[in-house]
Amino acid sequence: MEQKSVKRRKKDLSFLERIYIPEILKGLSLTFKNMIRPKFTIEYPEERFIPSAAYRGRPVLIEENNGDERCVACGLCSRVCPALAIEVQAAETEREQERYPEKFEINMLRCIFCGFCEEVCPEEAIVMSKDYDLTFSNREEAIYGKDKLLVPVNQLQDRIDFLRKYK
Amino acid sequence: MGIGEIILISLVKILLIISLLFLTVSYLTYFERKISAWVQNRIGPNRVGWKGLLQPFADVFKLMLKEDIVPEKADRIIHLLAPMIALFVAFSTFAVIPFGPEVHLFGYDIPLVVADVNMGVLFVLALTSLSVYGLTLAGWSSGSKYSLLGGIRSSAQMISYEISMGFSIGGVLLLSESLRPIAIVESQSGWMWNAIVQPIGFITFLVSAFAETNRLPFDLPEAEPELVGGFHTEYSSMKFAAFFLSEYANMIIASGLIVTLYLGGWQIPYIDLLGLPSGLVALLQVGAFIFKLVAILFFFLWVRWSLPRFRYDQLMNLGWKVMFPLSLINIIWVALLIMIFGL
Repeated sequence: MEQKSVKRRKKDLSFLERIYIPEILKGLSLTFKNMIRPKFTIEYPEERFIPSAAYRGRPVLIEENNGDERCVACGLCSRVCPALAIEVQAAETEREQERYPEKFEINMLRCIFCGFCEEVCPEEAIVMSKDYDLTFSNREEAIYGKDKLLVPVNQLQDRIDFLRKYK
Repeated sequence: MGIGEIILISLVKILLIISLLFLTVSYLTYFERKISAWVQNRIGPNRVGWKGLLQPFADVFKLMLKEDIVPEKADRIIHLLAPMIALFVAFSTFAVIPFGPEVHLFGYDIPLVVADVNMGVLFVLALTSLSVYGLTLAGWSSGSKYSLLGGIRSSAQMISYEISMGFSIGGVLLLSESLRPIAIVESQSGWMWNAIVQPIGFITFLVSAFAETNRLPFDLPEAEPELVGGFHTEYSSMKFAAFFLSEYANMIIASGLIVTLYLGGWQIPYIDLLGLPSGLVALLQVGAFIFKLVAILFFFLWVRWSLPRFRYDQLMNLGWKVMFPLSLINIIWVALLIMIFGL
């Protein structure tokens, strides 16, 4: 059976809608409700936004509890980096893992925060942290060496947990 | 009362009104920004002073320090004259709006209105019509297409809505049988507020007041996305500030008019039944006037951040085909009320 009905187009307004006033009152009540709702704004320099574990901030190297770096300087991160931001130079150690990065530099002017380095790392040694407001006053300062990159492992635990769950 | 005393009292009242107007205008800009922020779930200006309360002064300082640019093709004299007209009209209209009852102070009977003229409403209508010149001349003298379009729009819009405004006031005048603002206020004693007796006239007047003050949803003369800045595109520094101030001063005057003509002015219904001392009553009544004024001003800001702008043809349709007939119907309604109930 074919249904017969006059199709009501969206632009046909009913009489109440055409005299505007009820619709205006509806709009006004909506804006008034929003006026007394809590605000979204975070007053940034005083109050900071703490990202979740899924946030890709500044890439950092993991520092084990005994003070050694976890990185074995395989160079995969520097190989995969689409912006060519990472430079690694390997050296030997007496420790069990035998290799360590003698020099590990990330140029933060080139880094695009894609997270490929973290994804490709076989040792879970480079992860994305939650730091997001990086500032430097010249190009030399923007190249982060090992002194800035090494972060104790317990500060990065939730990112590591996140990676183990979803990667 | 000698002539010297009259002049002195008038001067004090003028000074009081002008300084209060300037203060209200500057804080109106602050609250405009605050309310826009609240409607959008933001915080709004909060850096200058406590809760951003010094923001208007910062704005004024910034505008004063700006370079005053006059376009090469502008008509210099008219370009200078236009903001002055706008500001003068905006501030002089408030002279006839009564903000309180007659008070006894230092042995004098002082009516709380700068000029108690017997054709006050006519004076207001005349001056608000003059304010069209400010905007139109500004648009015309700037030598810019955007300004010109804004000026033309403003003159067309204000002249069309002047008509429905005038006819809505007709209903009020029929009831009060006087053009004197104080008499109009006194004719609305008790709950006989014109907003309740003639709701249609109240709505047409309110809408026309929005159109007259160029506020959203009728801010076509400015219409930022279409006309850059409308009639004041080519203005900078204090000349721009003059337009800005006059826009907000016009809002205050429109609110004052709405309160006087439709919301019973400074009257509080049945306050004389409480048996309070007359000084306190006068104070409360001035407070009531300010409260009503602020409520209407809040409504102005609230509407601005709720409704979208009308299209130009919709604006003209609304003005001529809806508001004008409605204000005529209102006059008939008031006439019938007088005929039947003999109000």
